[in-house]
Amino acid sequence: MYTQSLDVPDTSAPALSSVPTAPDALQTRFDEKIDADQKIEPQDWMPEAYRRTLVRQISQHAHSEIIGMQPEGNWISRAPSLKRKAILLAKVQDEGGHGLYLYSAAETLGVGRDTMLDALHTGKAKYSSIFNYPTLQWADVGVIGWLVDGAAIMNQVPICRCSYGPYARAMIRICKEESFHQRQGFESLMVQMQGTPEQRAMVQDAVNRWWWPVLAMFGPPDAASANTAQGMRWGIKRISNDDLRQKFVDATVPQAAVLGVTLPDPDLKWNEERQQHDYGAIDWDEFWEVVNGNGPCNKERLSNRVKAHEDGQWVRDAAQAHAAKQKARQMKEAA
Amino acid sequence: MSTTHNDWPLWEVFVRSKQGLEHKHCGSLHAADAQQALQMARDVYTRRQEGVSIWVVPSNTITASEPDDKAAFFEPMADKIYRHPTFYEIPDEVGHM
Repeated sequence: MYTQSLDVPDTSAPALSSVPTAPDALQTRFDEKIDADQKIEPQDWMPEAYRRTLVRQISQHAHSEIIGMQPEGNWISRAPSLKRKAILLAKVQDEGGHGLYLYSAAETLGVGRDTMLDALHTGKAKYSSIFNYPTLQWADVGVIGWLVDGAAIMNQVPICRCSYGPYARAMIRICKEESFHQRQGFESLMVQMQGTPEQRAMVQDAVNRWWWPVLAMFGPPDAASANTAQGMRWGIKRISNDDLRQKFVDATVPQAAVLGVTLPDPDLKWNEERQQHDYGAIDWDEFWEVVNGNGPCNKERLSNRVKAHEDGQWVRDAAQAHAAKQKARQMKEAA
Repeated sequence: MSTTHNDWPLWEVFVRSKQGLEHKHCGSLHAADAQQALQMARDVYTRRQEGVSIWVVPSNTITASEPDDKAAFFEPMADKIYRHPTFYEIPDEVGHM
Protein backbone atom coordinates (compact mmCIF):
# COMPACT_ATOMS: atom_id res chain seq x y z
CA MET A 1 0.00 0.00 0.00
CA TYR A 2 -0.23 3.25 0.33
CA THR A 3 1.28 6.32 -0.99
CA GLN A 4 -0.77 9.45 -0.99
CA SER A 5 -0.39 12.44 -3.20
CA LEU A 6 -0.37 14.76 -0.29
CA ASP A 7 1.72 17.61 -1.59
CA VAL A 8 1.89 18.63 2.03
CA PRO A 9 5.21 19.88 3.26
CA ASP A 10 6.36 18.21 6.45
CA THR A 11 6.71 20.65 9.29
CA SER A 12 10.41 20.15 9.04
CA ALA A 13 12.01 18.24 6.22
CA PRO A 14 14.80 15.94 7.35
CA ALA A 15 18.14 17.71 7.34
CA LEU A 16 20.14 17.17 4.19
CA SER A 17 23.71 17.90 3.39
CA SER A 18 23.75 21.10 1.46
CA VAL A 19 24.70 20.94 -2.18
CA PRO A 20 26.56 23.82 -3.77
CA THR A 21 24.62 25.95 -6.21
CA ALA A 22 24.09 24.21 -9.49
CA PRO A 23 26.41 25.15 -12.25
CA ASP A 24 24.20 25.57 -15.30
CA ALA A 25 25.81 22.66 -17.08
CA LEU A 26 24.72 20.23 -14.39
CA GLN A 27 21.18 21.56 -14.42
CA THR A 28 21.05 21.31 -18.20
CA ARG A 29 22.25 17.73 -18.09
CA PHE A 30 19.66 16.88 -15.45
CA ASP A 31 16.88 18.48 -17.52
CA GLU A 32 18.00 16.58 -20.61
CA LYS A 33 17.85 13.29 -18.74
CA ILE A 34 14.36 14.05 -17.48
CA ASP A 35 13.23 15.08 -20.96
CA ALA A 36 14.63 11.87 -22.42
CA ASP A 37 12.73 9.90 -19.74
CA GLN A 38 15.99 8.59 -18.29
CA LYS A 39 16.49 7.64 -14.68
CA ILE A 40 18.29 9.75 -12.13
CA GLU A 41 20.53 7.59 -9.93
CA PRO A 42 21.94 8.37 -6.46
CA GLN A 43 25.36 9.37 -7.76
CA ASP A 44 23.93 11.78 -10.35
CA TRP A 45 23.76 15.48 -9.71
CA MET A 46 20.21 16.62 -8.99
CA PRO A 47 18.62 19.94 -8.02
CA GLU A 48 18.25 20.33 -4.27
CA ALA A 49 14.48 20.84 -4.59
CA TYR A 50 14.17 17.55 -6.52
CA ARG A 51 16.10 15.76 -3.79
CA ARG A 52 14.03 17.35 -1.04
CA THR A 53 10.74 16.53 -2.76
CA LEU A 54 11.77 12.90 -3.18
CA VAL A 55 12.96 12.57 0.41
CA ARG A 56 9.62 13.93 1.57
CA GLN A 57 7.53 11.78 -0.74
CA ILE A 58 9.44 8.52 -0.28
CA SER A 59 9.69 8.89 3.49
CA GLN A 60 5.98 9.76 3.75
CA HIS A 61 5.29 6.69 1.66
CA ALA A 62 7.47 4.55 3.94
CA HIS A 63 5.77 5.95 7.06
CA SER A 64 2.39 5.12 5.51
CA GLU A 65 3.39 1.49 5.04
CA ILE A 66 4.55 1.20 8.64
CA ILE A 67 1.57 3.01 10.17
CA GLY A 68 -0.63 1.03 7.77
CA MET A 69 0.23 -2.15 9.66
CA GLN A 70 -1.90 -1.00 12.58
CA PRO A 71 -5.51 -0.87 11.32
CA GLU A 72 -5.31 -4.44 10.02
CA GLY A 73 -2.97 -5.62 12.75
CA ASN A 74 -5.87 -4.82 15.03
CA TRP A 75 -7.69 -7.89 13.63
CA ILE A 76 -4.92 -10.51 13.56
CA SER A 77 -5.87 -11.91 16.94
CA ARG A 78 -9.57 -11.91 16.07
CA ALA A 79 -9.58 -13.19 12.50
CA PRO A 80 -12.52 -15.60 12.05
CA SER A 81 -10.38 -18.59 10.98
CA LEU A 82 -6.80 -19.81 11.00
CA LYS A 83 -6.71 -19.32 7.22
CA ARG A 84 -7.75 -15.66 7.45
CA LYS A 85 -5.34 -15.11 10.31
CA ALA A 86 -2.41 -16.51 8.31
CA ILE A 87 -3.37 -14.39 5.30
CA LEU A 88 -3.70 -11.26 7.40
CA LEU A 89 -0.36 -11.89 9.10
CA ALA A 90 1.28 -12.28 5.69
CA LYS A 91 -0.28 -9.07 4.47
CA VAL A 92 0.71 -7.00 7.49
CA GLN A 93 4.21 -8.46 7.20
CA ASP A 94 4.30 -7.32 3.57
CA GLU A 95 3.40 -3.78 4.60
CA GLY A 96 6.34 -3.77 7.00
CA GLY A 97 8.56 -5.04 4.20
CA HIS A 98 7.32 -2.31 1.85
CA GLY A 99 8.21 0.29 4.45
CA LEU A 100 11.73 -1.12 4.61
CA TYR A 101 12.19 -1.07 0.80
CA LEU A 102 11.12 2.57 0.82
CA TYR A 103 13.22 3.75 3.76
CA SER A 104 16.22 2.25 1.97
CA ALA A 105 15.31 4.04 -1.26
CA ALA A 106 15.04 7.33 0.65
CA GLU A 107 18.41 6.73 2.28
CA THR A 108 20.09 6.72 -1.15
CA LEU A 109 19.28 10.45 -1.17
CA GLY A 110 21.51 11.06 1.82
CA VAL A 111 18.96 11.12 4.63
CA GLY A 112 19.43 8.82 7.63
CA ARG A 113 16.88 6.30 8.90
CA ASP A 114 16.97 7.83 12.38
CA THR A 115 16.20 11.27 10.99
CA MET A 116 13.17 9.94 9.12
CA LEU A 117 11.88 7.94 12.07
CA ASP A 118 12.37 10.91 14.33
CA ALA A 119 10.30 13.08 11.97
CA LEU A 120 7.52 10.46 12.10
CA HIS A 121 7.63 9.99 15.86
CA THR A 122 7.58 13.70 16.65
CA GLY A 123 4.63 14.22 14.34
CA LYS A 124 6.56 16.38 11.88
CA ALA A 125 6.26 13.93 9.00
CA LYS A 126 2.97 13.04 7.38
CA TYR A 127 1.59 9.68 6.37
CA SER A 128 -1.48 8.65 4.41
CA SER A 129 -4.70 10.04 5.91
CA ILE A 130 -6.51 6.73 5.42
CA PHE A 131 -4.82 5.02 8.38
CA ASN A 132 -6.32 7.43 10.84
CA TYR A 133 -9.70 5.74 10.42
CA PRO A 134 -10.65 2.85 12.72
CA THR A 135 -11.24 -0.79 11.76
CA LEU A 136 -14.45 -1.42 13.65
CA GLN A 137 -15.39 -4.91 12.49
CA TRP A 138 -14.03 -7.84 10.46
CA ALA A 139 -15.38 -6.68 7.09
CA ASP A 140 -13.18 -3.58 7.42
CA VAL A 141 -10.20 -5.85 6.79
CA GLY A 142 -11.63 -7.08 3.49
CA VAL A 143 -12.64 -3.58 2.45
CA ILE A 144 -9.17 -2.26 3.18
CA GLY A 145 -7.74 -4.92 0.86
CA TRP A 146 -10.26 -4.24 -1.87
CA LEU A 147 -10.56 -0.45 -1.75
CA VAL A 148 -7.57 0.94 0.13
CA ASP A 149 -5.06 -1.37 -1.55
CA GLY A 150 -6.94 -0.95 -4.82
CA ALA A 151 -6.53 2.82 -4.56
CA ALA A 152 -2.90 2.40 -3.56
CA ILE A 153 -2.23 0.21 -6.62
CA MET A 154 -3.83 2.84 -8.87
CA ASN A 155 -1.54 5.41 -7.29
CA GLN A 156 1.60 3.31 -7.23
CA VAL A 157 1.69 1.73 -10.65
CA PRO A 158 2.62 5.04 -12.32
CA ILE A 159 5.40 5.55 -9.74
CA CYS A 160 7.10 2.45 -11.16
CA ARG A 161 8.05 4.84 -13.98
CA CYS A 162 9.26 7.55 -11.61
CA SER A 163 12.41 9.36 -12.73
CA TYR A 164 14.33 8.43 -9.58
CA GLY A 165 15.77 4.94 -10.10
CA PRO A 166 15.79 3.55 -6.55
CA TYR A 167 12.20 4.69 -5.93
CA ALA A 168 10.98 3.28 -9.25
CA ARG A 169 12.65 -0.06 -8.58
CA ALA A 170 11.25 -0.25 -5.04
CA MET A 171 7.79 0.44 -6.46
CA ILE A 172 8.09 -2.35 -9.03
CA ARG A 173 8.81 -4.78 -6.22
CA ILE A 174 5.96 -3.43 -4.12
CA CYS A 175 3.40 -3.47 -6.92
CA LYS A 176 4.16 -7.13 -7.63
CA GLU A 177 3.15 -7.90 -4.06
CA GLU A 178 0.08 -5.68 -3.96
CA SER A 179 -2.03 -7.90 -6.18
CA PHE A 180 -2.25 -10.47 -3.39
CA HIS A 181 -3.41 -7.76 -1.01
CA GLN A 182 -6.30 -6.61 -3.12
CA ARG A 183 -7.40 -10.07 -4.17
CA GLN A 184 -7.42 -11.50 -0.65
CA GLY A 185 -9.61 -8.58 0.44
CA PHE A 186 -12.07 -8.98 -2.39
CA GLU A 187 -12.24 -12.74 -1.97
CA SER A 188 -12.80 -12.41 1.75
CA LEU A 189 -15.71 -10.04 1.07
CA MET A 190 -17.18 -12.40 -1.56
CA VAL A 191 -17.23 -15.17 1.04
CA GLN A 192 -18.83 -12.91 3.61
CA MET A 193 -21.47 -11.80 1.08
CA GLN A 194 -22.59 -15.43 0.81
CA GLY A 195 -23.30 -15.44 4.53
CA THR A 196 -26.23 -14.31 6.64
CA PRO A 197 -28.05 -10.99 6.12
CA GLU A 198 -26.14 -9.66 9.14
CA GLN A 199 -22.81 -10.66 7.62
CA ARG A 200 -23.74 -9.01 4.33
CA ALA A 201 -24.79 -5.90 6.21
CA MET A 202 -21.34 -5.79 7.82
CA VAL A 203 -19.73 -5.64 4.39
CA GLN A 204 -22.04 -2.83 3.30
CA ASP A 205 -21.36 -0.97 6.55
CA ALA A 206 -17.62 -1.18 6.00
CA VAL A 207 -17.93 -0.03 2.38
CA ASN A 208 -20.07 2.92 3.51
CA ARG A 209 -17.48 4.07 6.01
CA TRP A 210 -14.37 3.57 3.84
CA TRP A 211 -15.56 4.81 0.45
CA TRP A 212 -15.11 8.55 0.95
CA PRO A 213 -11.82 8.40 2.87
CA VAL A 214 -10.51 6.14 0.08
CA LEU A 215 -11.43 8.68 -2.60
CA ALA A 216 -9.63 11.34 -0.55
CA MET A 217 -6.49 9.14 -0.52
CA PHE A 218 -5.70 10.34 -4.04
CA GLY A 219 -5.05 13.78 -2.61
CA PRO A 220 -6.51 17.24 -3.20
CA PRO A 221 -8.12 18.11 -6.55
CA ASP A 222 -5.69 19.09 -9.31
CA ALA A 223 -6.75 22.72 -9.11
CA ALA A 224 -5.64 22.80 -5.46
CA SER A 225 -2.43 20.80 -5.88
CA ALA A 226 0.26 23.41 -6.15
CA ASN A 227 3.11 20.95 -6.60
CA THR A 228 1.55 18.72 -9.22
CA ALA A 229 3.01 20.60 -12.19
CA GLN A 230 6.53 20.51 -10.76
CA GLY A 231 6.17 16.85 -9.86
CA MET A 232 5.04 16.10 -13.42
CA ARG A 233 7.94 18.14 -14.84
CA TRP A 234 10.38 16.07 -12.77
CA GLY A 235 8.82 12.77 -13.72
CA ILE A 236 8.03 12.02 -10.09
CA LYS A 237 4.31 12.25 -10.66
CA ARG A 238 2.94 10.76 -13.87
CA ILE A 239 -0.83 11.00 -13.56
CA SER A 240 -2.74 13.75 -11.73
CA ASN A 241 -4.73 13.15 -8.54
CA ASP A 242 -8.09 13.67 -10.25
CA ASP A 243 -7.24 11.42 -13.18
CA LEU A 244 -6.15 8.63 -10.83
CA ARG A 245 -9.29 9.08 -8.73
CA GLN A 246 -11.45 8.85 -11.86
CA LYS A 247 -9.69 5.68 -12.99
CA PHE A 248 -10.25 4.19 -9.56
CA VAL A 249 -13.97 5.02 -9.51
CA ASP A 250 -14.46 3.59 -13.00
CA ALA A 251 -12.65 0.37 -12.05
CA THR A 252 -14.45 -0.03 -8.74
CA VAL A 253 -18.10 0.44 -9.77
CA PRO A 254 -18.34 -2.88 -11.67
CA GLN A 255 -16.48 -4.66 -8.87
CA ALA A 256 -19.04 -3.41 -6.36
CA ALA A 257 -21.79 -4.80 -8.60
CA VAL A 258 -20.15 -8.24 -8.69
CA LEU A 259 -19.81 -8.15 -4.92
CA GLY A 260 -23.41 -7.04 -4.46
CA VAL A 261 -22.80 -3.86 -2.48
CA THR A 262 -23.70 -0.27 -3.21
CA LEU A 263 -21.32 2.65 -3.06
CA PRO A 264 -22.57 5.40 -0.71
CA ASP A 265 -22.80 8.21 -3.24
CA PRO A 266 -26.21 9.27 -4.64
CA ASP A 267 -24.42 11.29 -7.34
CA LEU A 268 -22.47 8.32 -8.63
CA LYS A 269 -23.62 7.54 -12.18
CA TRP A 270 -22.33 6.72 -15.62
CA ASN A 271 -21.80 9.76 -17.83
CA GLU A 272 -22.38 8.61 -21.39
CA GLU A 273 -20.82 11.72 -22.84
CA ARG A 274 -17.58 11.52 -20.86
CA GLN A 275 -17.57 7.72 -20.90
CA GLN A 276 -16.70 7.93 -17.22
CA HIS A 277 -18.57 7.97 -13.93
CA ASP A 278 -19.64 11.20 -12.28
CA TYR A 279 -19.29 11.19 -8.53
CA GLY A 280 -20.24 13.45 -5.64
CA ALA A 281 -18.23 16.08 -3.81
CA ILE A 282 -15.49 14.95 -1.46
CA ASP A 283 -15.37 16.52 1.99
CA TRP A 284 -11.95 18.19 1.83
CA ASP A 285 -12.39 19.84 5.19
CA GLU A 286 -12.48 16.40 6.76
CA PHE A 287 -9.43 15.37 4.73
CA TRP A 288 -7.37 18.32 5.99
CA GLU A 289 -8.54 17.76 9.55
CA VAL A 290 -7.28 14.19 9.36
CA VAL A 291 -4.02 15.15 7.65
CA ASN A 292 -3.41 17.78 10.28
CA GLY A 293 -3.69 15.34 13.14
CA ASN A 294 -7.35 15.49 14.09
CA GLY A 295 -8.68 12.28 12.55
CA PRO A 296 -10.36 9.59 14.65
CA CYS A 297 -7.14 7.61 15.27
CA ASN A 298 -4.17 9.95 14.69
CA LYS A 299 -3.08 10.01 18.30
CA GLU A 300 -3.49 6.28 18.79
CA ARG A 301 -1.54 5.40 15.63
CA LEU A 302 1.35 7.66 16.51
CA SER A 303 1.56 6.67 20.16
CA ASN A 304 1.47 2.96 19.19
CA ARG A 305 4.32 3.57 16.75
CA VAL A 306 6.42 5.45 19.29
CA LYS A 307 5.76 2.77 21.89
CA ALA A 308 6.72 -0.02 19.48
CA HIS A 309 9.94 1.82 18.70
CA GLU A 310 10.77 2.39 22.36
CA ASP A 311 9.84 -1.17 23.32
CA GLY A 312 12.24 -2.38 20.64
CA GLN A 313 15.17 -0.40 21.99
CA TRP A 314 16.55 -3.31 24.02
CA VAL A 315 16.53 -5.51 20.90
CA ARG A 316 18.57 -2.96 18.96
CA ASP A 317 20.93 -2.55 21.92
CA ALA A 318 21.31 -6.31 22.31
CA ALA A 319 22.09 -6.77 18.62
CA GLN A 320 24.76 -4.08 18.81
CA ALA A 321 26.25 -5.59 21.97
CA HIS A 322 26.30 -9.03 20.34
CA ALA A 323 28.03 -7.68 17.22
CA ALA A 324 30.62 -5.85 19.34
CA LYS A 325 31.27 -8.99 21.36
CA GLN A 326 31.69 -11.13 18.24
CA LYS A 327 34.07 -8.61 16.77
CA ALA A 328 36.15 -8.46 19.95
CA ARG A 329 36.33 -12.25 20.02
CA GLN A 330 37.47 -12.41 16.39
CA MET A 331 40.16 -9.82 17.02
CA LYS A 332 41.35 -11.74 20.05
CA GLU A 333 41.55 -14.95 18.03
CA ALA A 334 43.41 -13.17 15.24
CA ALA A 335 45.87 -11.64 17.65
CA MET B 1 54.90 -13.86 -15.51
CA SER B 2 55.15 -12.89 -11.92
CA THR B 3 52.94 -14.43 -9.29
CA THR B 4 51.74 -11.07 -7.96
CA HIS B 5 48.46 -11.56 -9.78
CA ASN B 6 47.51 -14.15 -7.21
CA ASP B 7 47.92 -11.56 -4.49
CA TRP B 8 45.43 -9.24 -6.06
CA PRO B 9 42.18 -9.50 -4.16
CA LEU B 10 39.02 -10.83 -5.77
CA TRP B 11 36.20 -8.45 -6.74
CA GLU B 12 32.59 -9.22 -7.55
CA VAL B 13 31.28 -7.31 -10.55
CA PHE B 14 27.73 -5.98 -10.90
CA VAL B 15 26.59 -4.46 -14.18
CA ARG B 16 23.57 -2.29 -14.93
CA SER B 17 22.66 -3.40 -18.43
CA LYS B 18 20.29 -0.54 -19.20
CA GLN B 19 19.54 2.76 -17.54
CA GLY B 20 16.79 2.39 -14.98
CA LEU B 21 17.45 -1.28 -14.24
CA GLU B 22 19.17 -2.64 -11.15
CA HIS B 23 22.81 -3.76 -11.15
CA LYS B 24 23.09 -7.51 -11.61
CA HIS B 25 25.93 -9.76 -10.62
CA CYS B 26 27.79 -10.96 -13.68
CA GLY B 27 31.07 -12.40 -12.41
CA SER B 28 34.31 -11.65 -10.64
CA LEU B 29 37.92 -10.72 -11.31
CA HIS B 30 41.22 -10.00 -9.59
CA ALA B 31 42.49 -6.45 -9.33
CA ALA B 32 44.92 -4.53 -7.13
CA ASP B 33 42.46 -1.85 -6.08
CA ALA B 34 38.91 -0.61 -6.64
CA GLN B 35 39.78 1.74 -9.47
CA GLN B 36 41.64 -0.94 -11.36
CA ALA B 37 38.83 -3.39 -10.69
CA LEU B 38 36.38 -1.00 -12.34
CA GLN B 39 38.54 -0.60 -15.44
CA MET B 40 39.14 -4.31 -15.70
CA ALA B 41 35.47 -5.05 -15.19
CA ARG B 42 34.73 -2.71 -18.06
CA ASP B 43 37.20 -4.57 -20.27
CA VAL B 44 36.20 -8.04 -19.16
CA TYR B 45 32.42 -7.76 -18.85
CA THR B 46 31.22 -4.89 -21.06
CA ARG B 47 33.24 -5.20 -24.27
CA ARG B 48 30.03 -5.17 -26.29
CA GLN B 49 28.38 -2.35 -24.41
CA GLU B 50 26.61 -4.74 -22.09
CA GLY B 51 26.39 -2.04 -19.44
CA VAL B 52 25.89 1.60 -18.57
CA SER B 53 27.19 1.35 -15.01
CA ILE B 54 29.42 -1.01 -13.04
CA TRP B 55 29.80 -1.75 -9.34
CA VAL B 56 32.75 -3.67 -7.95
CA VAL B 57 32.67 -5.08 -4.44
CA PRO B 58 35.52 -6.84 -2.60
CA SER B 59 34.50 -10.49 -2.58
CA ASN B 60 35.64 -10.99 0.98
CA THR B 61 33.12 -8.41 2.18
CA ILE B 62 30.20 -10.50 0.93
CA THR B 63 28.41 -12.64 3.47
CA ALA B 64 26.42 -15.38 1.79
CA SER B 65 23.83 -17.83 3.03
CA GLU B 66 25.13 -21.38 3.40
CA PRO B 67 24.16 -23.62 0.46
CA ASP B 68 23.85 -26.57 2.84
CA ASP B 69 21.34 -24.69 4.96
CA LYS B 70 19.18 -23.86 1.98
CA ALA B 71 16.33 -26.14 2.95
CA ALA B 72 16.09 -24.95 6.54
CA PHE B 73 16.78 -21.33 5.67
CA PHE B 74 14.03 -20.93 3.08
CA GLU B 75 11.65 -23.60 4.35
CA PRO B 76 9.41 -21.16 6.29
CA MET B 77 8.27 -19.64 2.99
CA ALA B 78 7.42 -22.96 1.35
CA ASP B 79 3.96 -23.53 2.82
CA LYS B 80 2.67 -19.96 2.51
CA ILE B 81 0.96 -20.26 -0.84
CA TYR B 82 -1.57 -17.66 0.27
CA ARG B 83 1.12 -15.02 -0.30
CA HIS B 84 0.54 -15.43 -4.03
CA PRO B 85 -2.30 -13.66 -5.83
CA THR B 86 -3.24 -16.86 -7.67
CA PHE B 87 -4.34 -18.40 -4.37
CA TYR B 88 -7.54 -16.33 -4.58
CA GLU B 89 -10.38 -17.18 -6.94
CA ILE B 90 -11.85 -13.98 -8.36
CA PRO B 91 -14.67 -14.04 -10.95
CA ASP B 92 -13.61 -13.02 -14.47
CA GLU B 93 -16.12 -10.18 -14.65
CA VAL B 94 -14.19 -8.33 -11.91
CA GLY B 95 -11.47 -7.70 -14.43
CA HIS B 96 -7.77 -7.37 -13.70
CA MET B 97 -7.05 -7.26 -10.00
